[in-house]
Amino acid sequence: MTHPTTVSTAKADPSVSIGSLADVHGDAERTIPDVPPDPVMEAFGLNVFYGDFHAVHDVNLSFGRNEITALIGPSGCGKSTVLRCLNRMNDLVPGARVEGQVTYHGQNIYAKAVDPIAVRTHVGMVFQKPNPFPKSIHDNIAYGPRVIGMKVESMDQLVEEALRGAALWDEVKDKLKQSAYGLSGGQQQRLCIARTIATKPDVILMDEPCSSLDPIATSRVEDLMVELRDDYTIIIVTHNMQQAARVSDRTAFFTARPDETTGNRTGLLVEYDLTSRIFANPVDKRTEDYISGRFG
Amino acid sequence: MSIATRTAREVTASTIATGRSRDKTPGSLLFLGALWFSLFFGVMVLVVLIVSTALEGASRFDSNLITEYGSILRPEETGFRAGILGTLWLMLTTAALAIPLGIAAAIYLEEFADPLTWYNRFIEVNIQNLAAVPSIVYGLLAVAALAVVGFNETGVVIGGAVALALLILPVIIITTRESLRAVPREIRFGSLALGATIWQTTWRQTLPSAVPGIATGTILGLSRAIGEAAPLLIIGIAGSVLFDPDGLVSPVTALPIQIYDLTSRSQEAFQQAASAAIIVLLAMILSLNALAIFIRNKFQKTW
Repeated sequence: MTHPTTVSTAKADPSVSIGSLADVHGDAERTIPDVPPDPVMEAFGLNVFYGDFHAVHDVNLSFGRNEITALIGPSGCGKSTVLRCLNRMNDLVPGARVEGQVTYHGQNIYAKAVDPIAVRTHVGMVFQKPNPFPKSIHDNIAYGPRVIGMKVESMDQLVEEALRGAALWDEVKDKLKQSAYGLSGGQQQRLCIARTIATKPDVILMDEPCSSLDPIATSRVEDLMVELRDDYTIIIVTHNMQQAARVSDRTAFFTARPDETTGNRTGLLVEYDLTSRIFANPVDKRTEDYISGRFG
Repeated sequence: MSIATRTAREVTASTIATGRSRDKTPGSLLFLGALWFSLFFGVMVLVVLIVSTALEGASRFDSNLITEYGSILRPEETGFRAGILGTLWLMLTTAALAIPLGIAAAIYLEEFADPLTWYNRFIEVNIQNLAAVPSIVYGLLAVAALAVVGFNETGVVIGGAVALALLILPVIIITTRESLRAVPREIRFGSLALGATIWQTTWRQTLPSAVPGIATGTILGLSRAIGEAAPLLIIGIAGSVLFDPDGLVSPVTALPIQIYDLTSRSQEAFQQAASAAIIVLLAMILSLNALAIFIRNKFQKTW
């Protein structure tokens, strides 16, 4: 199944009414293989528990290099939990327990010898709500390189590179010393992306990065994701199916299955495929119901 | 205008332009009056106390009050120099002991401790309880603690400071934890996701953001300690000290102790001096509280 197929992430089947990014990105035509040939990260038999609560059941996924993978599904389906497993942010939740393997370049990041802090320098994360630090714009960017002890020749240059990378430089270059709290919500979120890329990660996780932004700011961040795809591997959780259809190369659909005895809802992966197929021609009935709006 | 429109207007006029507000019925006005009375009562008692004390001590608001030592022979010239300086010494030493310990304990509980383990929950419950323990018990505790380490000088600065530090430690821990908790989790996650350690996150993000709250809580704790007499009596601090304290093991007195000492004497002049000293003590407490309010308003962060 490794023969390449031409995939249009933008021009999906017109019978499914989803947005199109083709007018925004002329280069939205991408040719990607059916399965990631050289996955950067993979999950094998991933189970997550919060105390006794089984949050995620047996997820197997592989994330391709320089691709955008979207995790979609109804609330409580465990997609954010899966995302947080990828850079061990779940370690910070009291009572959380992870079973199975998550590999980064073949190394299980849940192995005993692995330092979660080192994992996070390779796998960065952008959060749902923009969370700039109460510092200047410059210091927000410089914070990451400083705490991880990056050898930096010129911090000013690194800050500029990061801000240019997040398409924010022109808007903030004259106010680098001002508080990041003076920026708009969309600018703050791009600042958070700039802050993440300043530490030069390999993978960027985004947990509903646009859910608190207005449509214009959302489209800026989406443009940015597509630009960043050339240099980074991006995994995004989104509630917005149009967003998944617009920006992602592959989509994983999760759903929640209530436990028969306790009623607790355990998240599981239903279907994982090229975004064009998920939206145009899903295999599973549950996927079809969800993306056509009959459920969730 | 159609009949329907006209009818709608007339009905509306009679339902919303009633000429009275239901927020101003006799019942609600009575309730408002009761609230005002409660407020008035509390404030009035305080004002009466302060004014009557100030009037009684009015004749003693002179420079002798703060520059002279206590005198039994000349009660009309007795002063509180030793008490004021002693209180300052005690406060500084108490702050030096209690602030680092309190902040460190709060940081451990809030940032590092696993809230699910039984011993952390046990500590948590007990800190809440400690804040309600009577102050005299802390005096006894300090005596015991100093005796255990073999320190048996009574009535010295370090003894009083240990008692007062124990007294305000729970207050500092609780307020510091609250201000740490007020720093959004998103800030911590943002820092940790960049590859910062918990220690770096605490030191560079959480703690600086929490400083205004910590400062406010600490100062309010100190202003509680400044008025305490009971634990200082237990630790052996006497009212009749006739020299300036000059070190941690120097015998010392404090304003509340001196006030307590003078009010038990019969001469009118001593009563007046005690009243004047109460006003001095109140001024010290109020200026500490004012400082706390200033810090809170000036540096408070809104997220």
